[in-house]
Parts: sequence; structure tokens; C-alpha cells
Amino acid sequence: MTEPLIFELSSPGRCACFLPDLDVPEADLPPAEWLRKDLPLPEVGEADVVRHYVRLSQLNYGVDIGMYPLGSCTMKYNPKVNEVACRLPGFAQTHPYQHESTVQGNLALMYELQEMLKEIAGFDAVSLQPAAGAHGELTGILIMRKYLHDQGEVQRNKVLVPDSAHGTNPASTSMSGLQVVEIKSDARGNVDLEDLKAHLDDTVVGLMLTNPNTLGLFDEHVEEICRLVHEAGGLVYADGANLNALLGIAKMGDLGFDVMHFNLHKTFSTPHGGGGPGAGPVGVVAKLAPYLPGPIVEMREGPCEACGSEEGELCFHLVMPERSIGRVKSFYGHFAVMVRAYTYIRMLGAAGLREVSENAVLNANYLRVLIKDTYPVPYDRICMHEFVAEGRIEGAPDVRALDISKRLIDYGFHPPTNYFPLIVPEALMIEPTETESKDTLEAFAYALLKIAEEARTNPQVLHEAPHNAPVRRLDEVRAARQPILRWKPGAGQ
Amino acid sequence: MTYVLNTERERREMLRRIGVEKVEDLFQDVPAEHRFPDLELPPPVSEVEILQELRFLSEQNADLDHYLCFLGAGAYRHYIPSVVDHILSRSEFYTAYTPYQPEISQGTLQAIFEYQTMICELTGMEVSNASHYDGATAMAEAVIMALNVARLKRKKVVLAPSIHPEYREVVRTYTQGMNLTIVGDEDPRGDLAALKGLVDGETACLIVQVPDFFGRIPSLAVLRELADAVHGAGGLFVVSVDPISLGLLTPPGEYGADIVTGEGQALGAPLNFGGPYLGFFACREEYVRRMAGRLVGQTVDAEGRRGFVLTLSTREQHIRREKATSNICTNQGLVALGAAVYLATLGKHGLRRVAELCYHRAHYAAQRIAALPGYSLLDDQPFFKEFVVRCPRPAREINEDLLDLGIIGGFEVGNVCPGLDDCLMFCVTEVNSRDEIDELVEALEEVGS
Repeated sequence: MTEPLIFELSSPGRCACFLPDLDVPEADLPPAEWLRKDLPLPEVGEADVVRHYVRLSQLNYGVDIGMYPLGSCTMKYNPKVNEVACRLPGFAQTHPYQHESTVQGNLALMYELQEMLKEIAGFDAVSLQPAAGAHGELTGILIMRKYLHDQGEVQRNKVLVPDSAHGTNPASTSMSGLQVVEIKSDARGNVDLEDLKAHLDDTVVGLMLTNPNTLGLFDEHVEEICRLVHEAGGLVYADGANLNALLGIAKMGDLGFDVMHFNLHKTFSTPHGGGGPGAGPVGVVAKLAPYLPGPIVEMREGPCEACGSEEGELCFHLVMPERSIGRVKSFYGHFAVMVRAYTYIRMLGAAGLREVSENAVLNANYLRVLIKDTYPVPYDRICMHEFVAEGRIEGAPDVRALDISKRLIDYGFHPPTNYFPLIVPEALMIEPTETESKDTLEAFAYALLKIAEEARTNPQVLHEAPHNAPVRRLDEVRAARQPILRWKPGAGQ
Repeated sequence: MTYVLNTERERREMLRRIGVEKVEDLFQDVPAEHRFPDLELPPPVSEVEILQELRFLSEQNADLDHYLCFLGAGAYRHYIPSVVDHILSRSEFYTAYTPYQPEISQGTLQAIFEYQTMICELTGMEVSNASHYDGATAMAEAVIMALNVARLKRKKVVLAPSIHPEYREVVRTYTQGMNLTIVGDEDPRGDLAALKGLVDGETACLIVQVPDFFGRIPSLAVLRELADAVHGAGGLFVVSVDPISLGLLTPPGEYGADIVTGEGQALGAPLNFGGPYLGFFACREEYVRRMAGRLVGQTVDAEGRRGFVLTLSTREQHIRREKATSNICTNQGLVALGAAVYLATLGKHGLRRVAELCYHRAHYAAQRIAALPGYSLLDDQPFFKEFVVRCPRPAREINEDLLDLGIIGGFEVGNVCPGLDDCLMFCVTEVNSRDEIDELVEALEEVGS
């Protein structure tokens, strides 16, 4: 069941677009050598295009098809009203350089979203500009670095990162020109306090901590960790990837964190888009607010000369924080993603958000209990919104986590995250989210238990899985050894 | 109301099975004094109410369905075929994530493989990645890649002054911890050819924008000289392009570019008040292992059928951690898919046609505006779809008056170039008809005195 490439559907002379006629005199074109000779794009009709991409869509699995328990990615259901909201022409058809007085609706929404995110996570200021989680991390680390430099602490050049951290944490650190120092986890899955203490000195910019961590565990010493880092003159960064566990449960700012990124595409239900776009706003405590990237939105009371608002009227303006690290991208962030997240938060309210986290955690624990006798859970305690099991089955020594994952596809489920975190062998990182029902969780657990049985009786069926997917297992080694990264005419199938 | 499915009864059954009494018991690890804080948020609203609220908010804006618009400067209003949003609304696409499980992600993977191919064709490059956040961050990643190609032994970056000011700023933000020397862009109206003199053995890359921020098309001879100069010094030549212009203009691959980046919003994405947009990034094959971002490659499945996977991921953060080429994880997948659908829909002839319509209509507009008393063109260089006009009054006042006439005018150049407070940069695309242009011209005449 393969679909030809769009280029292979091309038939010279076909066209799928309806463009206006030229209604002005033709101007002289630039010299001929400045003009391209050929533009090898496909030539297809509208029906060709639609059928091609609809058929491709049918080869995909999404949250709208079924459970997608990809650990740390929070693949929750994406409400449809969000999609309507962000397409309202009054939002979608506005240009980022319009005069502020003509986009007061956009700016008001951004301001409200900044305020709501501050409240949810307990911070004093938020910038909505970062485009994704990793982008928020880079932003956060640059803020920490610049703040410390302004304090005269220019010798600080190390960032501590636990061994359970997402790969983006160390990558963001080295991108900001700082060094990564890895901190061990202890036997209960927390940060190893002794190892942390051993590395705290005046060369440390701070610690990046995912909490709950990537084992799905809330660090039992989180306040002490923050205190220790602060005592050493450092700052604490919270990776907000796992915030779905903590809405109305705890505020990161209250726990002692100084900076955090939010993933609007995880926690606040905006779709993941097959890889993006997401959005990674960053929240900070008061002393770091001047360092945020911008512009951010400020509310003013009229009369205001800049926009003509009158006495008693509120108005909204874009401002650059005083000691800003600078822009981290062009314009103001992923506005259409912000509209979706705003819609979600407004519809749920405080009680609804808490219900989200309660059920995310309830679902993860229920699933953990259903499967843990068959799939060992190495740090077996009450988890938060996700947990990590080992994809090792007693009596089936050749079966690996990857085989289990691929076999889950045959049962109609998206596999969990594989081989991460690195500190658990054969990791299966499972995050069901709050938008799965008890029935679905049981069906998923049943599939996993059935697969364990198959692993013992007929391991081949796992090794060769998936059997029911649009394609069979793909040769990733070949793809990397002989890279074919684009189609070329005459390449054949 | 929430999107939670569990009923109260089911929750009780689940708690019993877990072995705790109530849901609060699941949160014992959270320090008690910080547990269950009050969230002071506005009270929740229904779907009916939120849509009313948002409609009201959105109508506080002057949107381009109700105003004529001649604003560009890096964000462009182009015709978006209806097909594009129809495909992007397929939830098999938009509710999936990064295609880590290729067997059930062939739709995303093949579409991105097609996207990569189209970006290569457009730019004249050999490989393209699956996207960056926007044109500005793609440029910053190009700098980092150039530094890595030079094995961090070169610390100088030459930026053309006519690069989008926000892109230049983002390059500086990204690299602030790297001790680089960034030169060339001190005077935003400075001469492109003069950059040659700044290139030396320390230079990791030289970056230009084509057409430049002011809409001008640099001479091909100058671009080739710059490419030769930086190659001669052992650095890379990076070109940031408007992809629509590539329907008409020579692709950067033909004048020496090693890396081509750009803002892909014009390829089928709405203006959306600045985002999400699309950073595209293409380079020569020899540098592919230094490239950031996701790459889709072709392979075969166990039965020998063609299929697609994410590949060369040993460059990436989830494998290489602090040694990765970049920290990028989530990218602009859906916007890239939209760009592929857009380019397929326009095709070989459509994109050329769009580029020509932009070109001719912009020239018609420029010619008519320049003929008005008190108005003149700032540059006499060839341009594509944008041009700077010197106005008889401060640009800000002209724009205010245009707004009263239902027109969103040009970009106020004085905001980025001191001393040019009387200059407006207009953008004209295939969606601005002759009637619209004539209306603008009349309005400018009216507000000029």
C-alpha cells in the first residue's frame, strides 16, 4: 500500500491553481541571467493534489484515531473548537507589523494568556515568543547566563543536567555556549543530592530539572534541590514538558524554580502537527523579568498617546524588556497556537485544569498497576502523569522494547516512547494523558499482556511486527548508510 | 466541563485498584504547603461563550479581509489555494507528532520527503531539512552550522546590512555566548559589495538576503563576487531568500551558496500575526552531517517496498545530547506540509506566474506612486515585490491617514533605519489587483499634501 510521490504523478501541462490575469502593463524583467531557466516542480491538477495528500494522511496515525501514549509528549485530545478559534479571520488575517492600535484584540489575547500562564505556574512574568520547548530552554539558559553576568558572575559557565533529562536540555546548554555537567539519579529516581552537592560551586550557572522527571516521578527533594542551587549562587530551570501533571497541583514558582518553559502543544492541548508547530513560552521570577526575550505585551491605562486610547480605557502594547537577551525569533511567537491555548484555558478554568492533571495522574497510575507484574517498573512508586516500564519479558530473552512497540501497532495503538530515559534499559515510557478512558487503558493493558504472552510462545510474530501497518518494518540502517534525502527524476520506485 | 472521559464511578474503581482512597493521595510527593494552590483564573466558559468572546476580540483588529494591505517586510499576504487548509485540517496529519514510528507515519514522512525535494529544487541545493521555526532562526542555525563546519576555529560572521533587522538580531541572540565577531551590518543602507573587504581567514560565513529587506535584487555579479570572496577565504556563503521570488529568479545554488535559508510563510501559511511560520534550510550535501533538524530519508520495508524514515539522527539532541548540531526537536512540520501542498498546487507554472504577477504589479505600483507629486523611489535598483518610497510627509502620518481610508499602508522604514522617517516600504503581491493599487495611489495623492 504505497503511494507514488507527487513528482511521479506529474503530467506536463497540468495545473491546480487559479490565478488572476495580469491587469497591469508588463514591466521589464531583470537581465536574463538573473532569471531561472527551469523550475522542476510537479505539474498536477487539483484532484491529483487532494487525492495524493488525503491518501498520504490515511497512512498516518494520530490522536484522533486512537491512544497515543508517547511518553513526555502529552498526546492529549486536541479540542476542535481550538481549530475554529485560531482560524477566525480577525486573528488569522492580521499582519505582525500593523500599527498596535489596529491589533488590540490580538494584543489583549496575548496579554491575558501571559497573565494566565503566570498564575498557573507561579511566575512573575512570561514571554510568549519562543517557538517550541527546546527554544524555550535555550531562551531560559540565555536569561540565566545574562542575569549572572550582570551580577558580575562571569566565571559561571556550567549547567547541571540530571542523567534522566530530555536530550534537548544538554543540547540547549551547549548551544548557549555553556558546559554540561551530568548529575546522577538516586535509587528512588530522584536527583542524587550528594552528587548535586559535589558539583555545586561558583562556576555553576544553574540546574535544569524536569519535574516530574522523565521517569514520571515528582522529585521528593525538589525544594531542597532549589535551595542548594540558590545557596551556591545558581538558578534553577524547570523543563515544563511534564507540566500536565501539575495544573492546580503545584506551582513551579512556589517550589523554588526561577525559570520555566511551557509547552502549549503538550499541556494546553494545541495539536502537535506531525512534528510541530508548538509553542514554548517562558515564565520567570521577578528578578529575571527584565531579561525575557520580546517583545512582550504590556497593559496600559488610557489616555495613551501611542494608540489613542482614552481616559479609563485599557490598551495593550508591545514592549522590549529592559535587559532582554534579544529576540529569539522574528515577530512575537506562534500567535495561532496562543489562540488555541487561550481557548483551552478559558474553557476549562481553574477547576477544569486541576481535573486535567488529576486524571492524567490517575490514568498513568492505573495503567502502571495493570501492567507492572508483567513489565517491570524500575522505580515502582506512585507516579505522576507517566511512568517508565522495562520492555523485558521473562521467558523471552530475545524480545526487545522495540519489538513490543511494533507489535502494539498491530493492536491499534501508537507505541510509547522507546529507549528513553537512558537510565532505564529497554525503556517503554508511557504517558496515557487524561483524555483516555478507563476502557481504553484496559484495552491497552490487555494488548501489552497479550504481547508478553506472544513473546514467550511465538516471539517471531513480535520480531516481524508490525503486520497490519501500511508498511512493514523499515530498514533504518540502510537509510542512514545510503542516504536518499530527496527524489530525483528517473530514480524509480 | 473538561475533555476527561472517566466518570466518577470509574475514577473510584481505578483508585481502588491503585490502592489509594482518593485522588489527592496520588500527590503525596508534592510538598504539602504548596499542594493544590488556588488558581485565580477567569471562570470557565462554554463553547458558545468562548467563540463569542473570541469573535469579539478578533473584531477589535483591523483585519486584511476588511482593509487593503500593502505591508510586507518579512510577512506576506499571498493567495492560499483552498486545498492547503483542507489538507492541513486532516487530523491524521495535525494530531500526529514527530514520526518516530515510521510504519504508522508514512503520510507525514513521505510529505516531508516531498517537501525536502521541492525546497532543493527551489533553492538549487542538494539537501533540505524538515524545517526550522522561521526564517530568522534558520539563519541563526546556518551561522552555527558554519561555525561547526570550521570546527569552531573561525569566530567571525559577516552579515549583509540589508538582511531583515529581526533576523540579524536573532543571530546575535543565539550566538551571544559564543564570543563571535559579527560585522558588516552597522549601516542598514550600507553597500553590499563592500562586504568583500570584511572577509578574512577568521570568517566562518558571509550572509546575504535576496531580495534584500528593502525589496532590492542584488546584482548577480556582486553576489558571485561575494561568494568567491568568502570561498577564497575558506568560509561559507549563506543566502536567505524569499521563496516566491524563486519562481522567477536564479536559485542561490547557481551563484555559489553553500547554505540557503528563508522564511517559508509565503508558501501557503496565513499571516497569523507573525506565527507560526516556516524556516526552510537547505545546503550542499557535503555538509549534511553538520546540519540541524530532522531529515527524512528513503529506504525499504521488510518486503522491499519503498518507505520513509527519519534519518541521520546521530546529529540530533535525542541521541547526541550536548554534542548535537542543535537543540531543535519540535519543528514546523504542519507548516512545511502546507508548503509542500502549496508548491504542488501551484506547480511549475503557477509559482512562476505568482512571481511574475508580484513583479509586474509591484512595478506598476512603484511607477505610479513615483509619478505623484512629492513621492519618489529611494532606490533605482531592480526590485521584486517591495520598494521604498520617500514621502512628502512623515511616513507615520501618511500611514495614519491611509488607515482612515481603509488602507494598511507600508512598512515605516524609519523604525529600522534612522533618518528615513519619511520612507514607506510597500509590498505588492498577486492578491493586490490593479484596482487596489489604483486606490492606494489615489489615497497617497490625497494624503500627500
